Amino acid sequence: MENFPLVLIISSIVKILIVVHMLLIGVMIMIWSERRVSGWMQDRLGPNRVGPQGLLQPVADGLKFLFKEDLIPDHVDKPLYVLAPAMLLVPALITVAVVPFGSSITVLGHEIPLQIADINIGILYVLAITSLGVYGVVLGAWASNNKYSLLGGLRSSAQMISYELTLGLGIIGILMLTSSLSLREIATTQGAYPWQWNFLIHFPAFLAFTTAMFAETNRLPFDLAEAEQELVAGYHTEYSSMKFAMFFMAEYMNMIVGSAVTVTLFLGGWHFFGLENMGGPVWSGLISFGIFFLKTAIFLFVFIWVRWTLPRFRYDQLMNLGWKFLLPVALSSIVVTGILWITTHSRLIVGIGNVVAAFIVVSIVAGLLVMKTPKPAIQDSDNRLTPTALDAIE
Amino acid sequence: MLQATITLQLYKGGIFIDRAIMPTTVKGKGFYMSLEYYLILSALLFTTGVIGVLIRRNAIIIFMCIELMLNAANLAFVAISRSLGEATGQVFVFFVMTVAAAEVAIGLAIIVSVFKHRQTVNVDEVNSLKG
Amino acid sequence: MNAEQILFILFGAVSLIGAIAVISFRHPIYSALSLIVTFFAQAGLFVLLGAHFVAAVQVIVYAGAIMVLFLFVIMLLNLGTLSVQGAIGRKLKGLAIILGILFAAEGIYIAMNALNDTAVASAESTGATITTTTYDIGELLFSKYLLPFEVTSLILLAALIGVIVLVKREGQEEN
Repeated sequence: MENFPLVLIISSIVKILIVVHMLLIGVMIMIWSERRVSGWMQDRLGPNRVGPQGLLQPVADGLKFLFKEDLIPDHVDKPLYVLAPAMLLVPALITVAVVPFGSSITVLGHEIPLQIADINIGILYVLAITSLGVYGVVLGAWASNNKYSLLGGLRSSAQMISYELTLGLGIIGILMLTSSLSLREIATTQGAYPWQWNFLIHFPAFLAFTTAMFAETNRLPFDLAEAEQELVAGYHTEYSSMKFAMFFMAEYMNMIVGSAVTVTLFLGGWHFFGLENMGGPVWSGLISFGIFFLKTAIFLFVFIWVRWTLPRFRYDQLMNLGWKFLLPVALSSIVVTGILWITTHSRLIVGIGNVVAAFIVVSIVAGLLVMKTPKPAIQDSDNRLTPTALDAIE
Repeated sequence: MLQATITLQLYKGGIFIDRAIMPTTVKGKGFYMSLEYYLILSALLFTTGVIGVLIRRNAIIIFMCIELMLNAANLAFVAISRSLGEATGQVFVFFVMTVAAAEVAIGLAIIVSVFKHRQTVNVDEVNSLKG
Repeated sequence: MNAEQILFILFGAVSLIGAIAVISFRHPIYSALSLIVTFFAQAGLFVLLGAHFVAAVQVIVYAGAIMVLFLFVIMLLNLGTLSVQGAIGRKLKGLAIILGILFAAEGIYIAMNALNDTAVASAESTGATITTTTYDIGELLFSKYLLPFEVTSLILLAALIGVIVLVKREGQEEN
């Protein structure tokens, strides 16, 4: 270990502390802003009593959670019941380790990249860790030993497996053009101007990826795992006090991390009209960090916006969307990007080709669906689960 | 203790420490784990899988033990791949994983349909060919 | 003791304990969880061996997909009460364990003598020290192993069709 420079160790520790605390504080701000924004969208006030503009409301909530009795029902499977919230929270926390949140700062002659770990399989790491999030939900649901919880868990696992595919396939186009798996590399190869960012080159993949990410965070258009009108509270029905708070925090943390990853992959990372190169070696780093922060915040606003705009999907609609629309679009994006990039080497043509191909694919699928005229009756969702989930392995 | 055994191993073959088999992320000096230890671990994991298949009667757990054996083989593949200094072993791991995925999908589907017919996943009770 | 040895012992111990837990737990859910732990420790070993891509794929495929399927099926069939009957008689169990230990001893013997094998030993002495990257694997996959790679897609297709045929109920022809 003696060949590890001291600067590296200290800077890593500082970065980890900053990032983890920013996540935790970000969760509090998200809870507050979600309630305020939803109030604004529904023409009401939202919490505004505790502290200025209700800013201290999350603190009050947190204290309430802490002082509530930590209730463990008799009928639960205790070890797993206790383990489940942590299994949801930990993946949410460790994903952020590979996200580059700025260019770099030079301190005392050492260049410190604003990223905890730039590993060469960065994006695969993100996918791997994201795929673990489902265990917290599934185990919590199963350990609760409750019919509604179990249904929530089953729904959630099938949903996550289905949308993970789109999540993975959606970024392959980017990887082909970047020829690197490192998130920092992906961020730096996108230019300073918005028309050089990946979301225009891979627009259909961007839409598919974002939708899949919404599904992965189990938020409203996709919150079938906890649909309160059907399943009480789904997988966390039996949870209270701090354990419930951990589920709650993990959801918001997943949102924040997901937004940060999307910004890195599709929205140019910390680039914004060359603003990130202004100032000296320290200032440019801080400005790039600020740009990244703002972009993530805007994307998080979109999260809240979507939640209060779209109603929840029915289960078969959810599966149709995932398997019949998003997956073909993501696949077409891979094929078209590959062919056009090799033949023309022009990002413009790849971008246009992607949109055209996605349009064709969606019209074909929609045409087939209309021709088949599916029965309007709602299928028994449980019976539909098995074949879909087993397909997911493919 | 382990240090001692490793040294013994290396001297037995008349090999020196810098005849390092494996590249590590920690560059330069240091003592490398030799291939044998990975292979031994792989053998132990494989054996655990075999014992599991022999003593458990729950079809799902037997399935998990098969996965365990495949994984032990993967470990050996990767260890040898590094010891040979080429990526072929890792390509085989990729193939093994594909086969494992296909196998799990089919196997679990069979288990589900057996359960639907017989209300059990105990392999001793599913011993007739009649559906 | 350097970093690699410590990590090897750590990951190796965790994966072995996890593997033993898989075959010892009564309840399939706990077995599945132990298996996930084992897979994780193995991913750690793969990183230690410089196979980063394989480590990531291990977590994505095994922990992220295969084990979720296992959990899904266990939950779907609700095997909780059925699992207790899943053991056989003491005598046979003892026999199985003895056979297993013999088998392990055999495996260890072969592993210990692997270095005497000329092919392995000669390759080792060249001392190649490159961490294999995703690029290397991709290149091999699409040149030397292109045909096997294509065949795997056929395997997956066959599995897909097989599963659909197996699970599809009669009388559920439409939709």
